[in-house]
Amino acid sequence: MPLIENGRAVADRWVSLADDAALPAEGGVIVSFARWQAERDALLARSAPLGVRLPSTVSAGAVAPDLERFALVVVEFPKFRDGRGFTTARELRERWGYTGEIRAVGNIIADQYPLLVRCGVSTVEVPDGTDVETWARTLNTVTIAYQASVGEDEPLALLRRRVAAA
Amino acid sequence: MALKAITANRLRDGAVVWLGQKGDWVERIDAAATYDEAGAAAALAQAQQDEARNLVVAIYTLDVEILDGAPSPLRTKERIRALGPSVRADVGKQADPIARAAA
Amino acid sequence: MTYVHPRNHAGIYHYDELDRQFVRERVEQFRFQVERRLKGELSEDEFKPLRLMNGLYLQLHAYMLRIAIPYGTLASHQLRGLSEIARRYDKGYGHFTTRQNLQLNWIKLEDTPDILGKLAEIDMHAIQTSGNCVRNVTTDQFAGAAPDEVVDPRVYAEILRQWTTIHPEFTFLPRKFKIAISASGEADRAAVRVHDIGLVVKKNAEGETGFEVYVGGGLGRTPFIAPKTRGWLPEEDLIAYIEAVLRVYNQAGRRDNAFKARIKILVHETKLDKFIALVEDEFARIRGPKFRLDSAIVEAIRSHFAPPPFEELPPASDLAVRRRADDAAFDAWVRTNVRDHKAPGHASVTISLKPAGGVPGDISSEQMDAVADLADRHSFGEIRVTHEQNLVLAHVKQDDLYALWQALSAVGLATANAGLIGDIIACPGLDYCSLANARSIPIAQALSERFADPAKQAEIGDLKIKISGCINACGHHHVGAIGILGVDKKGEEFYQITVGGNAELDASIGDILGPALTADEAVDAVERIVDRYLERRQPGERFLATLARLGQAPFKETAYAAD
Repeated sequence: MPLIENGRAVADRWVSLADDAALPAEGGVIVSFARWQAERDALLARSAPLGVRLPSTVSAGAVAPDLERFALVVVEFPKFRDGRGFTTARELRERWGYTGEIRAVGNIIADQYPLLVRCGVSTVEVPDGTDVETWARTLNTVTIAYQASVGEDEPLALLRRRVAAA
Repeated sequence: MALKAITANRLRDGAVVWLGQKGDWVERIDAAATYDEAGAAAALAQAQQDEARNLVVAIYTLDVEILDGAPSPLRTKERIRALGPSVRADVGKQADPIARAAA
Repeated sequence: MTYVHPRNHAGIYHYDELDRQFVRERVEQFRFQVERRLKGELSEDEFKPLRLMNGLYLQLHAYMLRIAIPYGTLASHQLRGLSEIARRYDKGYGHFTTRQNLQLNWIKLEDTPDILGKLAEIDMHAIQTSGNCVRNVTTDQFAGAAPDEVVDPRVYAEILRQWTTIHPEFTFLPRKFKIAISASGEADRAAVRVHDIGLVVKKNAEGETGFEVYVGGGLGRTPFIAPKTRGWLPEEDLIAYIEAVLRVYNQAGRRDNAFKARIKILVHETKLDKFIALVEDEFARIRGPKFRLDSAIVEAIRSHFAPPPFEELPPASDLAVRRRADDAAFDAWVRTNVRDHKAPGHASVTISLKPAGGVPGDISSEQMDAVADLADRHSFGEIRVTHEQNLVLAHVKQDDLYALWQALSAVGLATANAGLIGDIIACPGLDYCSLANARSIPIAQALSERFADPAKQAEIGDLKIKISGCINACGHHHVGAIGILGVDKKGEEFYQITVGGNAELDASIGDILGPALTADEAVDAVERIVDRYLERRQPGERFLATLARLGQAPFKETAYAAD
């Protein structure tokens, strides 16, 4: 499925592995949080990059001790109205200092894109046939924010600030 | 078994509408088509295509009876939808001249 | 000296260019969303939360737009703008709600972006007046005027309004989230303990400002009086603490059942001690420069709410005293609708939107214009909306009271019943609302007519009736001294009566008196309950005290007495 980064479609170099699929010898794979827990040693024995997929019921703290092992953390949105993923992404960045890619997947609408980015999400997986132009537009429509986004750690000087344009 | 009609709100303005005799959406319940139980299910399924076509939202069936030759809702809520607020006769469909739309 | 028009002293937050740019951009965002909805690029399921977060509901007759009136404060030009919008895009009237907002009932989706554009022109919006996000922050309608005020609560309400506006993390919460702030040393005019977060502004022995915090109150299906989670929260930690509460709620709040998704259920199911520990843990971690509420910000916001230039006047106006002696109707109105002001010779005036037989909270465009003019003439161009669905002119010279009363009388806005039994809170109910089970307004109309006699109302005294048309409790029936809840029994409207509710700091939830009654029976029952109270009360005893002393039995007995 297409991947959007900075308001543009980008290539996805990752393979998302089903829980019962055999582990390929090479190449970056994304495994579920359950599989990570069950097959930790086998997964760490590989040299290829590793990504983990967090269901909305698992918070950032569950993978915090292992974050340096993941080049990618996937945050699932089972329904777009389920906003736990916003907190998960933000905690990965602000509480646990994660600097790798955070990818939002699942049921997400374009209008949530700017909020996801402000919470530290890097990429969003969207359904085939998605009009990327809509996503680019939603990202840059509102340019004023009343709170600091992830990455803006300077002391609060004013309630308002401009959102960095993508 | 009560007689049925089918109602919805028009998407672009929210107006209360009922499914008319010709499968169109009418603004006055006088012009609404009525169905028996089985007919209502079939008509509802057909009408739901208009939801998919973004013409109306929140489609459902309601119980009606025929009074003075026109459908009249049984429940208070549907009577208020058909007429307007019970506390202000000057607003809502009840405030418009009684123009029975041609069926 | 430069002349400053009185309205420029109105205690509203004055937008600057950045604020204006923000609301304009938000309008364009919504315009794009409406376009996509009409073209079918957004499904109704996807569009619904987006329109709700711009105040737009689909109601019984049409779309309904709930316009945000931050902490219930308006400038006169804004009220005129609302009046104009109601005329042009609606049917020339609006409805003030218990959340200090304004609802227009006959709105078209396709007009809404333009309406929001008109609102933006008067520095207003409808952002987050619905949806599972932080809603309008409400406060005391007498802020900046009440003699018992510790600190002006509007300052913190505005800070929280800004901080919670399109908060990137907390815009898809498990359920809606309501914050109320009170800053009176003596009373609670903001019903803080029936909110998701209730804040009481305090000063400590060192003269520093801070907050007492209550979390997890609410009405609806499962009413809770909020427990205290913190006795003292320093001012600089306000944002960090609110963040912490919201974060715990966003992560742990229930999402499996909409009826159990409010934070009150989380607090209840987690148990208070554990909930407090979770919040304190998060608070301790994020408390730091990023979230510190700098005193410079507080002062910058406070400057918007500087007291207007009150004239120096003697404490009491001879003119008003003389007029009261001469005119019994004026005297009655002053007794109920006028209260003391911190500035000598001034007063705060409640404009009752509860005429006998009227629709509680409804106001016509003509009346809005009249109130705006009177606010310009008598109250520095400022108007307040109360959670009791009335309006307030907060800063009136006592010398002007008689002229104001006459002008209000001319437009049907001088009903002398503020705080009395005729001052009924009622939700729109089944006449307008698609969630309602029964009508609320006709019950309010029948009761206000039944108790229309001013002498009778004065005799009854403080007895609040609150009416909701469904269990969502927008009419606050749980906290009415007499509460009335509309229920549906096989398509027929019935009404359940509760007694003993109270929304002040010693808040309590009313108890159900007995089986639900028809509309006519319920109105009769309320009258008999009131009569029983008048028979049995001790001198000076208010209804709640009599009820506490006698218990429910005598009231139940009379309510269900066969005719």
